[in-house]
Amino acid sequence: MGMAVTDDQFHVLAVDDSVIDRKLIERLLKTSSFQVTTVDSGSKALEFLGWHGNEINMFSEASISPNNYQEVEVNLVITDYCMPGMTGYDLLKKIKESAFLRDIPVVIMSSENVPSRITRCLEEGAEEFFLKPMKLSDVNKLRPHMMRTKLKNDIIENGKPENEEKQENEKIITTGEADSEVQQFQTAQSLQQQTSQNNNNNNDNNKRKSMEEGLSPDRTRPRYSDLTVMSN
Amino acid sequence: MERQAAYLRNALFDQGYLDEQFLQLEDLQDETNPHFVEEVVKLFYTDSVRLIQSIELTLKNTPRDFEKLDKIMHQFKGSSTSIGAKKVKKECTQFQEYCNVGNVEGCIREFQEVKQEHAALKRKLEHYFQLAREAR
Repeated sequence: MGMAVTDDQFHVLAVDDSVIDRKLIERLLKTSSFQVTTVDSGSKALEFLGWHGNEINMFSEASISPNNYQEVEVNLVITDYCMPGMTGYDLLKKIKESAFLRDIPVVIMSSENVPSRITRCLEEGAEEFFLKPMKLSDVNKLRPHMMRTKLKNDIIENGKPENEEKQENEKIITTGEADSEVQQFQTAQSLQQQTSQNNNNNNDNNKRKSMEEGLSPDRTRPRYSDLTVMSN
Repeated sequence: MERQAAYLRNALFDQGYLDEQFLQLEDLQDETNPHFVEEVVKLFYTDSVRLIQSIELTLKNTPRDFEKLDKIMHQFKGSSTSIGAKKVKKECTQFQEYCNVGNVEGCIREFQEVKQEHAALKRKLEHYFQLAREAR
């Protein structure tokens, strides 16, 4: 557990109560050259994440990225939605409510396509929502989220102006194939921005918002009306 | 032997026992993980035993706990979907529909179908894996 994480090795924490799905997601992630840890519950996930968090609480200042102090960094959490006890949504909430964990991108998986569920998760801060079973093409969409967060943390440490760097990097980030599910998620993300716009004084979310507004606005705007219909 | 294995595999797709998800599993198999598909399938059959037993027990208890039955079946269906077990998945969906309307007879009948498809696929896949192994 005390290994150093090199720059090109992202570590994903996968949470799923199904042993088959854990095996699958592990293989999918490893095939994409990610380091993987799998756990079978939300509470075990928090334990794994919080174990580092407790150490950090004692020693670091809030403005310093906790990632510097973690022995094993987690660059992304991917969790099943339907789990006994703590659901994926509950886990997402806990991560986003934690000062030390909230910068970790969280992605939700579900076997059910429920638009209100998707919106809820995205509003709570999930980066993306995937329908199970996951495919390799889905896993390819994870890297940009990890890179973005890593870059943000680097910038915070180095004190560079953020917006400039952000916009440039957003051009690299692909939003995947033009399949309807992806567009639903993107549209849902625009919805998230709209609703959180007035309520949000969290710097991180504002950054995310401004980043996403730079992303294919043509694609999201026309589909906005589609989403409204769906969520009814 | 190799041709027999390929023939059986294609038949499984043609006859609707397997869907594209099985192809995803095959894509994840390579030299570093040469038995991945068989491992996942084995894991499915081991894991599904307890789910089947759980449904059986729950079906015996009266009054029937349809919510619980649906929950267990949801898990079972999820695993079936993950390995590409097309016919099994279809019967699971049917079972859940009977649960939703509280149709006991339907549930009991449908559960037999689920078990049958589950067992039939197991036999066919075991045969396929055996042929594939012998072909190597």
